[in-house]
Amino acid sequence: MNNPDFKHGVIEMAHGSGGRTSATLIESLFVRHFDNPLLQQGNDQAAFAVTSGRMVITTDAHVVSPLFFPGGDIGSLSVHGTINDVAMAGAQPLYLSAAFILEEGFPLAELERIVISMARASRETGIPVVTGDTKVVERGKGDGVFITTTGIGVIPDGIHISGHLARPGDAIILSGYIGDHGTAILSSREGLEFGTTITSDSAALHTLVAAMIEVAPDIRCLRDPTRGGLATTLNELARQSGVGMHIEEAAIPLRAEVRGACELLGLDPLYMANEGKLVCIVPQQSAGRLLARMHHHPLARQAAIIGHVTSDERNLVVMQTGFGGMRVVDWLAGEQLPRIC
Amino acid sequence: MKYIDEFRDGDTARLLAGLIHKEVSPDRNYRLMEFCGGHTHAIFRFGIVDLMPENVRFVHGPGCPVCVLPAGRIEAAIRLAESSDIILCTYADLMRVPAGKKDSLHKARARGADIRMIYSATDALAIAQANPERQVVFFAIGFETTTPPTAAVIRIAAAMALTNFTVFCNHVLTPPAMAHILASGEASIDGILGPSHVSTIIGSQAYADCCAQYRMPLVIAGFEPVDVIQSTLLLIRQINEGIHRVENQYTRAVSASGNRKAKALMDEIFELRPRFEWRGLGELPDSALAIRHTYAAFDAEKRFHMAPVTTTDIKGCICPAVLRGVSNPDECKLFGTVCTPEEPKGACMVSSEGACAAYYSYGRFRAEVTS
Amino acid sequence: MCLAVPARVEALDEATAMAVVSLDGIRKEVSTQLLEQVAIGDYVLIHVGFALERIDPVEAAKTLALFAELRAMDGNA
Repeated sequence: MNNPDFKHGVIEMAHGSGGRTSATLIESLFVRHFDNPLLQQGNDQAAFAVTSGRMVITTDAHVVSPLFFPGGDIGSLSVHGTINDVAMAGAQPLYLSAAFILEEGFPLAELERIVISMARASRETGIPVVTGDTKVVERGKGDGVFITTTGIGVIPDGIHISGHLARPGDAIILSGYIGDHGTAILSSREGLEFGTTITSDSAALHTLVAAMIEVAPDIRCLRDPTRGGLATTLNELARQSGVGMHIEEAAIPLRAEVRGACELLGLDPLYMANEGKLVCIVPQQSAGRLLARMHHHPLARQAAIIGHVTSDERNLVVMQTGFGGMRVVDWLAGEQLPRIC
Repeated sequence: MKYIDEFRDGDTARLLAGLIHKEVSPDRNYRLMEFCGGHTHAIFRFGIVDLMPENVRFVHGPGCPVCVLPAGRIEAAIRLAESSDIILCTYADLMRVPAGKKDSLHKARARGADIRMIYSATDALAIAQANPERQVVFFAIGFETTTPPTAAVIRIAAAMALTNFTVFCNHVLTPPAMAHILASGEASIDGILGPSHVSTIIGSQAYADCCAQYRMPLVIAGFEPVDVIQSTLLLIRQINEGIHRVENQYTRAVSASGNRKAKALMDEIFELRPRFEWRGLGELPDSALAIRHTYAAFDAEKRFHMAPVTTTDIKGCICPAVLRGVSNPDECKLFGTVCTPEEPKGACMVSSEGACAAYYSYGRFRAEVTS
Repeated sequence: MCLAVPARVEALDEATAMAVVSLDGIRKEVSTQLLEQVAIGDYVLIHVGFALERIDPVEAAKTLALFAELRAMDGNA
């Protein structure tokens, strides 16, 4: 059986049939690029020794339009996103699995590009993709490619990080500029195209988290503000912990370009997606030490204390605006869409 | 950001607000209508109310294009999109606005209608060029600001002799709506913060007759918070002096006669509609635009023989009274309970500049937050 | 209503009546067909992909001078 034509070929129904065409695709694409001993065994599952401590598991379905955007693509995103979900428990990620739903007619060249990008992200982060699955749906029943990744990790002893642990008085730390990913995606979306040097912040945060818990094992909450942005993450944490939040607009790291894009399209940067940032809630006495450590990590040079947790039964997130007024930072209603009025 | 940041300076805002506190007469109230949703948005987003004396009240006006569009027009667009194989293009603002029977463009798209969100009117034209075998309808809404771009694409489509592009025109005019509100007198207002970008197109003179007839002070105000506060001060000075004239605070973008080229283009493509229904205000004569006969080939209402659709208003929803400046959003029984930004019942809860959405997002807990 | 933001004209194509404008590093192609005149360096108000009008720098400066005066008076008080 010949290898698939990665230059001109497209996904056919047979690639998901489980027959020889499927096997060839898996061998010549997935196994070749993800290359690791567990995957090489060729089983329908990966077996590995259980380590001591608490384990975490998370799963994330990735659908993104466009598939390729400045600073990344659906492949790298599906690796970083799931590693981050594992890391937000304070865990060291160990393994990933990946399921691909491919649409009939999807160019093999694009698929290969995505898989190579995914493999690179996996190699760079040191977290292997050890098992996976591929299915093909008829043309018109998918959007090119959907990728679901599952991650497994282990939490070091003595670390208890959860969204319900925020306490009044705690400091709220943000690891860097907000809205880069959302801006990069919008800039390449059909009909909205605008020129910008902003690229997605897509990155794996597990080494940052490891460094953080080393100096501040008392961190209470960690969460990556992805879809729905910083505003949504703060509201989630406030509700989960039964507290309020007070933040300062002037303290939130925001690039001029992201602000410009938001003004132009009538969007609010607080709701713009991020893929390489985290929000950390930590007791005040550890905040200074933690922030200093974060500033030494390449992914958190602009980390800042943006506010504090308050006692509030209504679980409101309020913001002192740069203008001097106060406003409620609410949950996002529906999806954030560009507006003309 | 040049011409933005200077007009968001908190210190300047507080100094101007200080003058307002000094100059207001304590023994009277000042009811000021901000005509535009853009002003409503700024007032809430920046917390301007907190800087005002208690006897200065902002009354929200009808200047939110998606809020005043009657549900029947959206319903008509949905029917068109679902009955024939057309591509319906519209600005994203309109997607979640309630049509009749709990419907919306958003829901129609979920059911399978080909409805596409666009950023610019020219995008609709590009979609028509890319899909020559299909009919593309641009669902156009907006006041005088948004009308010239629609006129521009109709003229381009005519020049290119496109046969698959039409416009469902819902453009409305500001001065007739303002005159209607002043004529009814039910909002009992003392002055008007006049439109920013509508005035950029039509010019400050456009309000002269209306102000003179109803002896109403009016200050054309920019949309940035310092613009709004300075305009409020100018309005209070007019009221204190007992004078009424059209004053222009937004001189950097508004002239007396407006944008002549844009006005000429609108005039070439559009003519007055004898009557048009506004949500909240009812049917107003000469208050909207229709595509001229010369350009009838680009009029979706004519090409698809679109019949008028009437819908009944949502029971209990006081959007109409809010749009006329008669009621505040929080006086509505549905507000914040069955009507929220997630599940809007009335149009004013949808647009981020709708009065109800602004109250909900920024104002709902304002008293509690500041206490 | 009517979100329109000021952006600087960076490049002009008179043949197509299009311009590239920038707003803090964001560059966007817009139509200039509603403008009677426009030059590189002008600030224009952008609405739905069209430049609606030029910002009048002299008028803007007058407004800002008034604010500066106000702040100076406050500083002396």
